[in-house]
Formats: sequence, C-alpha cells, structure tokens
Amino acid sequence: MAETEAVPVGAAEAGRWPRGAGDTGRSRPVEGVRAYGLIVGMWLRSTLAYRASFVMTTVGNFVATAFDFVTIMLMFTHVDALGGYTLPEIALLYGVSATAFGLADLVLGSMDRLGRRVRDGTLDTLLVRPVPVLAQVAADRFALRRLGRITQGLLVLGYALVTLEVEWTPLKVLMLPMMVLSGAAIFGAVFVAGAAFQFFAQDASEVQNAFTYGGTTLLQYPPSIFAQDLVRGVTFVVPLAFVSWLPALYVLGRDYPLGLPGWVAFLPPLVAGVCWVLAGLAWRAGLRAYRSTGS
Amino acid sequence: MGDTDFIELDGVEKVFDVRRRVGFLRRERHEVRAVDGISLRVPRGEMVGYIGPNGAGKSTTIKMLTGILTPSGGRLRVAGIDPSRERTKLAHRIGVVFGQRTTLWWDLPLRDSYRLVHRMYRIPDRRFRENMDRCIELLDLGALLDVPVRQLSLGQRMRGDIAAALLHDPEVLYLDEPTIGLDVVSKARVREFLRDLNAERSTTVLLTTHDLTDIEQLCRRVMVIDHGRLVYDGGLAGLHEVGESERTLVVDLERELPPIDVGTESSARVVKVEGPRQWVAFPASASAAGLVARIAADYPLVDLSVREPDIEAVIAKMYAASS
Repeated sequence: MAETEAVPVGAAEAGRWPRGAGDTGRSRPVEGVRAYGLIVGMWLRSTLAYRASFVMTTVGNFVATAFDFVTIMLMFTHVDALGGYTLPEIALLYGVSATAFGLADLVLGSMDRLGRRVRDGTLDTLLVRPVPVLAQVAADRFALRRLGRITQGLLVLGYALVTLEVEWTPLKVLMLPMMVLSGAAIFGAVFVAGAAFQFFAQDASEVQNAFTYGGTTLLQYPPSIFAQDLVRGVTFVVPLAFVSWLPALYVLGRDYPLGLPGWVAFLPPLVAGVCWVLAGLAWRAGLRAYRSTGS
Repeated sequence: MGDTDFIELDGVEKVFDVRRRVGFLRRERHEVRAVDGISLRVPRGEMVGYIGPNGAGKSTTIKMLTGILTPSGGRLRVAGIDPSRERTKLAHRIGVVFGQRTTLWWDLPLRDSYRLVHRMYRIPDRRFRENMDRCIELLDLGALLDVPVRQLSLGQRMRGDIAAALLHDPEVLYLDEPTIGLDVVSKARVREFLRDLNAERSTTVLLTTHDLTDIEQLCRRVMVIDHGRLVYDGGLAGLHEVGESERTLVVDLERELPPIDVGTESSARVVKVEGPRQWVAFPASASAAGLVARIAADYPLVDLSVREPDIEAVIAKMYAASS
C-alpha cells in the first residue's frame, strides 16, 4: 500500500484545548493496559449477568481439557514410554505447554474475532475511541471460562512435579516460572500476529488456530516422536519449541532435538521479546493497511 | 486556526484499490475514487446535513474526518488536528454515532456503558455528572438507565447512543443516519435534542441522512455529494430550486373523477390517477396552501397529504437539469 502523502504538521500544534479532557501525556502501553482492564471489567460483568451459564461453561471447559490428559494416561496403561519419555516427563511437557497456552488464551484468546469485526464494520467503532485499538481488540469478549484450561494445565504440572524423579537445582526450579511466563508471551505474540494477518485475510482465524491450538497440542508430546523437519519448523520459524520443549528438556536432563547447544534452554525470554517486536510490527502494518483500504 | 474553519478539507481524495477475481488466480485491479477531491469549510457551531445516494462517498468522508481512514490525497483538518495522524488525540474532541452500530454494551444496563465512557475518556467527575443529568433530562433516559441495552427499543437505544457520544463534551458530533428506523415520536425527540445541543453548546454537528425532514428541521446548510464530488453546498431551499424538485399532493376524493383541473397559471399537474385517489405534483419551493384551497373548493375532498421529495429524486433532477 502506498504511503499517504506527507502533509505539514505545523497546523496541528495550533490546536486549542478549551476543556479539561484530552491528551494526558501518558504512554501508549500504560493507556493500553488501563483500557484493557476497563473493557475486561465490562465483559466480566456481562458474563456474570448469566451466572449459571458462566459456571457451566467454565466447568465444561475444564472437563473437556481434562479428558485430553486422561487420554494420555490411558495410553500409558499399555506402554511404558512414548518416544522414550515416561508419563511424568510427558506430564511436565504437557503441563507447561497447557498452562502457558491457557494464560495467553485467557488474555488474548478472543483476538481471532478481529476478522469478523473488519467484515461487519464494527472495528470502526473502536477506532474512534481515545485508547489503543490493540488493547480494545485484545479485551474483546474476554472469557473468564478459559480459567478452566489453566486449572487443568496447573494440575497436570503439579502431578509432574510430584512424580518426576529429577535432581532439582536452583536453576531448574527457576526454569519453571520462566518457561510458563515466556511460553505464554510467545503464544501471545502468535495470537497478535495472527490477528494482524486478519486485516489482510478476514477469514484467516483458522490459520491462527493451527499455530495456537495446534501448537499447544504438538508441544504436549516429546519432540522425539515428530519428524525432524517439523521440529525445525517450530524451532526456527514459529518458535514454539521455546515454550516447553527446550527449557523442559533442560529440567529433565535430556538431549535437545536437532543437536542444539545447551544454552538454548535459557533463550525463551529473549525469543518472547523478539516475537513481540515482530508481532507489534505486524499489527501496525495490518492496522495501517486497514486504514488505507477500509476493509 | 480560526473558528470559520473548524473542519477544513482541501482537495481531499480517497482512492481504493479494488481487486476483482477474474480467473482462478488472475485478478484485475482497478481504482475506485470514493472521494474525488472535496474541498469545504465548516465553521464552529454549524449544523450541516451531508447527503447523497448510497455509495456516493458519505461514509468514506466521515471515516476520514474521524481518523478511521487515511486520505489518499489532499489536506484535512478537524479542530486543527490531522485526524489520521492523531486519531486518539482527536477522539477526545469528537463524538460519533453510527446509526446502525451501537457502541452500548448489549447485556449490561445502560448505566454501565456510560461508566465505561466516563473512565475511558477520563472525564472529570463533576463534568460527567452534569452532562449525564442533562442527557437524562433531555433524552428522557431516566427510566432506562438500569435496563439492559438488549431490552431497549431501537429509538431508546439511539437516544442512549447519542448520550454516550456526548458525555466527554465533544466539539463536533458526527451522526450517521441518526433517525433511521425510528418512529415519529423518537425522531422528533432526537431532532429537538440536537437543536438544543447545537444552540446551547454550539457543538458542530455533521449528519448524514436519507430523511429530508431531518435536514429541513435541523440544518441551514446542506452539502450534497455524488460520485465522490461535492455537487451542492448551500441552503435546503436552494437545493430544491437547483434540483427543480417537486412535492406531491396526494388527494383522496369521494369518488372516481377525471383528473383534477389545477388551472393553467400554476405549474402543478396531475401525475397519476388511481380510482378516487389522485397525485398532484407541484414545485417544492411553492406553498401548498393555494393549491389545496382550489381543490377543496371545486372537488369533494375526503383526505389529503403532502409527500416530500426524497433525496435521490432531488439529486437525480439536479443532474438532469445540469446536463
């Protein structure tokens, strides 16, 4: 898309502020987080307007995800190891990935509705408000029922920690919260990038789901059972391997896939940072394209 | 920045690149000039009707004025601000009501939506209460505040939306079809409120509408856009003259009669006869009184009504007259 013609900004500075409201000089991230909180509060209240429905969907969400791990446990009644990994080891991979994904899904999971908002034109109503659009889209349809998934992830993680036979070192202990938080950030960046893509292709939410929902399913199994090319893809292209595989393998004292060096286990925070910068750029490009094409 | 040019447009253009699929993968690109060089000035405190047929470029203009869309060319300022560059800064100073899309929270009481506006726009508490009280009184919202928005009628919701757009004291209010789908009473109430707002706060109002009565009752100035160009800018009366538009008198007689003899001196004429009902067209700029008196004197009259010309017809005539 061609850049719009540059126009002198001098005239804008002459603008007057006859009334108290307006530009507060606060930074955009702060404004964004505040707006996010305000809108989430409204959705929570909307949800609680239908209390019974909320309780049922939360429980349903928990049960549905719980069955997921029950399947794996059932599998282990017939085999002793999967891809060379024991049940507690798989539980660690599963718990980290599910909790990280659950957090990202809770905070940003409704961003895949952006395409619909673009199509029906309701995105415009967000663009005339004095707060960042990203925050408004992220908070859209905030669904507390997604706590169900996080609960399940934490339970599996707890099971892993109780049953694992690992020599815990301070570094390995620190690795746990780092994995979960960086992992959530990486998934979050994928959500934002996926939403940005919907500015260009309004029905692309399935593509995004392949990386988010599909990604978390993938990470719940050890890398040893997948083809090398797939493992390469989720390491170097969409770096989901940094969510749980690489740091968790460090905790388990296992060999890394693809012959990667040991220090990659400590990269997740950095990878998450880079992902967010890229996702932010993608978002800006998407929003700019929307504002020049209107569709 | 003078008050004489609160909204300024100089040769503003918006060109869309439309890609159309012509084969399996082949696509044809062509340009659509949705807004094709519009220049205008709106002083502070004016109430302007912005009209035109569907697809003429009305909403594209509004979207550029609110900063939603970036113009492809030209210069555009609202209150001295370039909307597309300082969208969020401008947002504090403008109010927008999209007739078809509510910004209210569907499942929550109306009151909650206003609380969000209060905090999102950081409206000082006192100011918020004053504005709230005023809107409650003038838009008659008192009984609706604790009702979930989904239970409101269309007219009630529109009133609720207008209030939501005004709580932060915008200097300019954009209304996109504010009376569409409303009943007569709701329409009247909305119009009255807008008149008061404009008179008391000298809020600049720009409204798009298909309802010429909105314009007649609210706006001294009308801008007509068609094919992305401003084709008329002036008073409503002038628009009727330029467009040579006609109003229609629908006359119900006691029985079927030959076409009414309207006399030779007036330019009125019978355009349609259907049983006892006849349609008499006359210039929109002329008074209906003389015509009605003449018909009432000579014919067994049961009922009559006057139909205003619709905007599409006026614009069509304008084109016919100029080409």
